[in-house]
Amino acid sequence: MYTQGLDKAGKNEVANADPETAEQLEAFQARIDAEEKIEAKDWMPEAYRRTLIRQISQHAHSEIIGMQPEGNWLTRAPSLKRKAILLAKVQDEAGHGLYLYSAAETLGVSRDQMVADLLSGKAKYSSIFNYPTLGWADIGAIGWLVDGAAIMNQIPLCRCSYGPYARAMVRVCKEESFHQRQGFEIMLTLCRGTAEQKAMAQDALKRFWWPSLMMFGPNDSNSTHSAQSMAWKIKRFSNDELRQKFVDITVRQADFLGLRVPDDKLAFNDATGHYEFSEIDWQEFFDVLAGNGPCNSQRMAKRRSAHEDGAWVREAARAYADKRAAQAAA
Amino acid sequence: MSEQVWPLYEVFIRTRGGLSHRHAGSVHAADDQMALDHARDTYTRRSEGVSLWVVRSDRIVASDPAETAAFFEPAEDKIYRHPTFYDIPDGVENL
Repeated sequence: MYTQGLDKAGKNEVANADPETAEQLEAFQARIDAEEKIEAKDWMPEAYRRTLIRQISQHAHSEIIGMQPEGNWLTRAPSLKRKAILLAKVQDEAGHGLYLYSAAETLGVSRDQMVADLLSGKAKYSSIFNYPTLGWADIGAIGWLVDGAAIMNQIPLCRCSYGPYARAMVRVCKEESFHQRQGFEIMLTLCRGTAEQKAMAQDALKRFWWPSLMMFGPNDSNSTHSAQSMAWKIKRFSNDELRQKFVDITVRQADFLGLRVPDDKLAFNDATGHYEFSEIDWQEFFDVLAGNGPCNSQRMAKRRSAHEDGAWVREAARAYADKRAAQAAA
Repeated sequence: MSEQVWPLYEVFIRTRGGLSHRHAGSVHAADDQMALDHARDTYTRRSEGVSLWVVRSDRIVASDPAETAAFFEPAEDKIYRHPTFYDIPDGVENL
């Protein structure tokens, strides 16, 4: 999902000062198994902490980078109403990033370190945000499909074993529902419009369908860290389970819109009660994750320049705060 | 990073009159006023509150989770502090 690159980085990152005893690990797992929430200052295995820092910070980075494809249409939204809605949505994405950074900080990593890791390219973000938004219909497709896929993954995260992450996800989920519905409504409006407008919606679905399915990450058979995340109750459902659930729900919504899902092998299986679909182009997925998607370099360049261009504001605010503090002391 | 880091503030929201403030998360800010503004923009975009508290995170004094059992132990053996400790015969009312 927003943390697909999770398995790539960070083995042996932290030298372990205090070796963890079998008793500690057992007691920790017992707390997890009893559905107790782990809180910031509680003892936790170093690997649990590292996994969470990577997952939550990648999730936060995805929200921050995710503002860009939609921000691309802020000045060209077709009406004032659509512009106001899109502004609110993009602001929400920034908010989600901030909730998540603050959740990650409770694990002992600094905000500046996380930002530095994003800007240096060390930290990953979701592959989906490296695809361009070529037309207005793409904004509809993102809300409907990308936020729809995100919700599928994030609802179970509300029950994640780490308290601060779970609580942040509750807030995020409440807001994502607005995002998905506004996206579907854009698609619906286009599909009920002229033939040309409907063709725009169809084109957006065609381009965003497969990247949306890739958001759930590799197949279970290739997802090496999943088992540990499941045991720790960070993850509640496997990548393939969530992907299947998303396909089952979304194909029906596409039918309602009168749009064609771009998959010739898509078929409902009466026996299983699920849709069957083609194999994902995993080469494309890994290429995008590796930095070779259509917009990777553009996204990173824009993020870096936004950070650098804002440096004087951060410095000025700090200088002002220092001056006021000095005046108050005098 | 050469810049000085903005300090961290914890954010507490009163969702409506009559309820107490409740922890919502945290924000970074250069000063107290900015912390309030950031808390408003980050945590109350949908009218989630009627009152906000922000407090520098480094000013919070917290109990140590590793000492939880010992720290709260004095309350453990004083079951007579609970009303259910007392047997009241059937027939006694309004007690």
